[in-house]
Amino acid sequence: MFKEWNGFESGSWCRHIDVRDFIQKNYTPYEGDDSFLADVTSRTSKLWDRVLELMKDEIEKGILDVETSVPSTISSHAPGYLDKENEQIVGFQSDAPLKRNIMPSGGIRTVKNALESYGYELDPVTWKTYTEYRKTHNDGVFSAYTTAMKKARHSGIITGLPDAYGRGRIIGDYRRVALYGVDRLIEDKESQKLSLEVGSMTEEIIRLREEITEQIGALKELKKMALSYGFDISKPAQTAKEAIQWTYFAYLGAIKEQDGAAMSIGRVSTFLDIYIERDLKAGALTEEEAQELMDHFVMKLRMVRFLRTPSYNELFSGDPTWVTEVIGGMGLDGRSLVTKNSFRMLHTLVTLGPAPEPNLTVLWSVRLPKAFKDFCSKMSIETSSIQYESDDLMRPYWGDDYGIACCVSAMRIGKQMQFFGARANLAKALLYAINGGRDEKAGDQVGPKFAPVTTEYLEFDDVWEKFEQIMEWLAELYVNTLNVIHYMHDKYAYEKLELALHDRDILRTFATGIAGLSVVADSLSAIKYAKVKALRNDEGLVVDYEIEGEYPAYGNNIDEVDDLAIQVVETFMSKIRKHKTYRNSYPTLSILTITSNVVYGKKTGNTPDGRKAGEPFAPGANPMHGRDLKGAVASLASVAKLPYQHAEDGISYTFSIIPKALGKSDAERISNLSGLLDGYFAQGGHHININVFDRETLLDAMDHPEKYPQLTIRVSGYAVNFIRLTREQQLDVINRTFHEHV
Amino acid sequence: MRGKIHSIETCGTVDGPGIRYILFTQGCPLRCKYCHNPDTWSIQNGKDVDTDDLINEIIKYKSFMQFSGGGVTVSGGEPLLQPEFVKDLLQKCKANNIHTAIDTSGFISIQKADPVLDYTDLVLLDIKSYNPDIYKDLTGVSLDPTLAFAKHLNDRKIPVWIRYVLVPGITDHKEDIEHLAEFLSSLDNIERIDILPFHKMGEFKWEQIGKNYELADVSEPTSEALKEAQEIFRKYTLPIK
Repeated sequence: MFKEWNGFESGSWCRHIDVRDFIQKNYTPYEGDDSFLADVTSRTSKLWDRVLELMKDEIEKGILDVETSVPSTISSHAPGYLDKENEQIVGFQSDAPLKRNIMPSGGIRTVKNALESYGYELDPVTWKTYTEYRKTHNDGVFSAYTTAMKKARHSGIITGLPDAYGRGRIIGDYRRVALYGVDRLIEDKESQKLSLEVGSMTEEIIRLREEITEQIGALKELKKMALSYGFDISKPAQTAKEAIQWTYFAYLGAIKEQDGAAMSIGRVSTFLDIYIERDLKAGALTEEEAQELMDHFVMKLRMVRFLRTPSYNELFSGDPTWVTEVIGGMGLDGRSLVTKNSFRMLHTLVTLGPAPEPNLTVLWSVRLPKAFKDFCSKMSIETSSIQYESDDLMRPYWGDDYGIACCVSAMRIGKQMQFFGARANLAKALLYAINGGRDEKAGDQVGPKFAPVTTEYLEFDDVWEKFEQIMEWLAELYVNTLNVIHYMHDKYAYEKLELALHDRDILRTFATGIAGLSVVADSLSAIKYAKVKALRNDEGLVVDYEIEGEYPAYGNNIDEVDDLAIQVVETFMSKIRKHKTYRNSYPTLSILTITSNVVYGKKTGNTPDGRKAGEPFAPGANPMHGRDLKGAVASLASVAKLPYQHAEDGISYTFSIIPKALGKSDAERISNLSGLLDGYFAQGGHHININVFDRETLLDAMDHPEKYPQLTIRVSGYAVNFIRLTREQQLDVINRTFHEHV
Repeated sequence: MRGKIHSIETCGTVDGPGIRYILFTQGCPLRCKYCHNPDTWSIQNGKDVDTDDLINEIIKYKSFMQFSGGGVTVSGGEPLLQPEFVKDLLQKCKANNIHTAIDTSGFISIQKADPVLDYTDLVLLDIKSYNPDIYKDLTGVSLDPTLAFAKHLNDRKIPVWIRYVLVPGITDHKEDIEHLAEFLSSLDNIERIDILPFHKMGEFKWEQIGKNYELADVSEPTSEALKEAQEIFRKYTLPIK
C-alpha cells in the first residue's frame, strides 16, 4: 500500500492495475444540481485572455510556431510555460505554447509538405535521416500497396486512409499514472514480459515482447519529461492537483510521441472527482480551487496542436485534435457515474467560454439524474459544444469504463484499441455498380469489369445485384488495404506510451467506415419507388439520371426507405466480416464522415437520388439536406433505426435547431431538449451532436469573424471553431437542415 | 375515418406542453389577414388520409412524447371543420394514452365540437381580438361563436391556453386587451396565456397562392408593446407567459 492512497477504500485495484475497480470503490455519485459550482477566478481569466491572444495570432498566421529539425519524442523538448507563476497545471508539447512539433515516423514527406505550406523549411539533416537511414510508416505502406489499392485510393472510393499520418484512435489509460505512479507501472510491464518467456517463440510472442520493451522505455522517458517540469511522477499522486497533473503528464507524453488523427483523453472527470472529494473533505481544497484546477487542465487540453498538411485540413477542417472526454454514464451496478466533477468539466464552457476541445461527450442514459440531464441541455443550448452518446446502448457492449476515441468509437479504457480505417465511399460504389466498375468521372476501369446496367430505366433488382457485387469487391480491397496500413504503422510508428498504459492482452477492433449512406438509401428508394432514367455519354458511361415521380426519402421515419439504409449497412458489414484482418482484430463499421462529406461529395458524380455531381453528402448518418420534411423528430427516428450491432464503431448524427423551435421559455427549452435526447436514445439512437443557434448568427460570423472568436459548432462527431472552417465548409454547415418549425 | 390534412411536424414544441406531433388539417372558415398558413384555407386542397394510418404513425413517436410530457396537437387550418375525423383520431390517441390538444379559433357550433372535446385534454384557443368590429375585419367572421365556445369549455372544465397575436395598429389597443383580460378572468379553466408577436414569415405563401398580403407594411411589435400587453393580463392575475 502506498501512503498516497490513505483515505481510499482498498480493493483488488491495490493488487492489480485496475482503475475501474478503484473508481467503483471510491467515487461519490452526485444527484444534485449546478448551484454548487464556483465562478471563474481572476487568475484563470487572465491566463485564458493570454491564450485567446495567442490563438488570434495563430489564426492570422496559420500556425504560431513550429519545430523544423528535432523530431518530437516524449522528452525531446525543454519545458514550456504560458505563465509559470500562475498556471496550476503545466506542460506543453514543445518549449512554447501552441508551438507545433514534427513526427516524421509517420511520413517525412507529409512533414516537409506541411512545413512548406506554412512557409517553413525542414532541416536537411532531418530529411536525410528519414530518407536514408530511417524508414517511415508512409514508405512502408507504399512499398506494399498493390496496384488495385493505389487505384482505389486515387479515384476516391476509399479516402482519408491513415497511410501518411498517425492513425490515432488509441486511448492510453492516463489515469494509471496518477493512481499508481510510473514505477509501479514499469514493474507491472516487467512482469508481463516475464510472463512471455514461454516455450514456443512465435511471431506473436516475439512482437509482443519487443512492444513491451518499447513500452517500458516510454514510461521511463515519461518520468524524465515530468522531472524536467520539476515533478517526480514515479510515485502515485497525493493530492487532487497532483492527480490532475500526473494524468495530464501521461497524456502530454502521448501527444509528444504521436500525432494521431484523434488523441482522446478518455474518461477522467469522475476519476479525478475522487481526489477532489478527498481534498475537499480534508479542507485542503475549496470549490473555487477545484474549479480552477479543472479550468487550467482544460485550458491545456484546448492548446493541443499538431502539424497538418493542407490536404488533411481539407478533410478534417478546423484543426481538430479530438481530445475526447466522456462524462456521465451509468455503472453496471445501477449507480450513476455522474459526480460533481462531471459538472465542473462541463462548467469550463462557462468559465473559459465555449470551445471545440476537449471534445466533451456526455454518455446519456434515460436513468441519469434529472438535474444533470437538464444541466447538459442548458449547456448545449448556451454553447453548442457537447455531443451525446447512448450509454444504454453501449454499456452492454463495453461495460462502464469505456471512453470514446475520436467521435463515436467506444473502447474499454486500457483494454482495447482500434485500427482506424477511415471510410469507403458507398455512393461512388453504387455508381461503379451501374457502370460496371468504371469511374463515373474519369471513365477508367477502377473496379473489376463487371457487367454494367444496360437498360434505359434502372431496375431495382438489377442494380442491387450489381451493387452487392461491387461491395463484395470493395470490402475485400478495403480490408486488405487496412491490413497493409496497420502492419506498417505497428512496425514504424508504434504508439509505445499509449500502449504502455494498456493491459498486456487487448481487444483490437478493425474500424472500417462508410460515407454517403443517405445518398445511397435515397438513390435505391428512387430506383425502387419512382422511375429513374439513366443518361449516358458518348462512351456509354452513365453520367446523369432523370427521376420521374416521387420517392420516399430517408429521414422521414418511413420504413420503405429506412429499411434500405439498414440493408446497405448490414450487407456491407457482412462482406467486411468475411475477410482476414490484421492481428485478428474484430471488424466494426462506423457511419461517420467528420467534415469529409464535403470532399467525398466533390469526388462523386451525379447520383440517382437527384444529387448533382460535386454536391456535398450529408454528414455521417444524416438525411440529405432539405429532404427530411416531417420535422426533427421524424429525422431522429429514422437515424435511430440504423443497427448498432452492425455499426459498432458508431453512428453519427448532427442536429441543428434554432432556439425558438425548442420552446418559448428557457425552462421549456431545457426540458424539451432533455426529452428529445431521452426519446432519441430510448428508440435506439447512438450519437447526436446538438447545435442550437440561428442561421443569422452563422452568416454574421462569416462576414465578421472577429466578433466570434469562440463560436463553436458541432459537426459530424466533433466540434469546431466556426471561423476556422473553410468558406466552403461554412456554407455547407449553413445549408444543412436547420429545424426551425415554430 | 378519412380526413384532409395539410402537413405534419414531428417536433412541435410551442403548440402545447412538451414535444408534440402536430397535425395541420386542411380547411379554415377564417381569413385572417396575418395568417401564416393561407395554403391551409381551402378544403379543396390537402392530402386525404386515414386515421388508422395516422395513429400507426403517431405511435412511433410515443417515447419522445412520454419523456418530454408531450403529445398530439391537431392544428390547422381549423381542426373543428372536420369534427368526425378529428374526434376519431383523438379517440384513438386517448386509447393509446397520448395527451391530446386542439388548436382552434372556436368558430364552430358547440354541438359539432362536443364529441371532439370528449377526447381533448387541452384546447389552444385563438382569440384574434376582443373588439367585434376588429375581429370581423381581421378574420372575416364574427367573434360571438368564439366567446360562446370559451364559456362552454369553462363549463366542461377543459383546460385552455389562450393565444393572442399582437398586431401593431390592429390588436394592440389597450381597451380591447383590457376587455379580453376581464372576460378571461371570469373563467376558471385558463391555464396559460401566450401573446404571440405578429411576424411576416408567412408572407411569401400569400404570393405563392396569388393573394394580396394586406399587412405588408405593418411592422413587428416592439418588446415594450409586448410587455405592456402582458402587464394588462397580469393585472387580472392571469397566467401570462
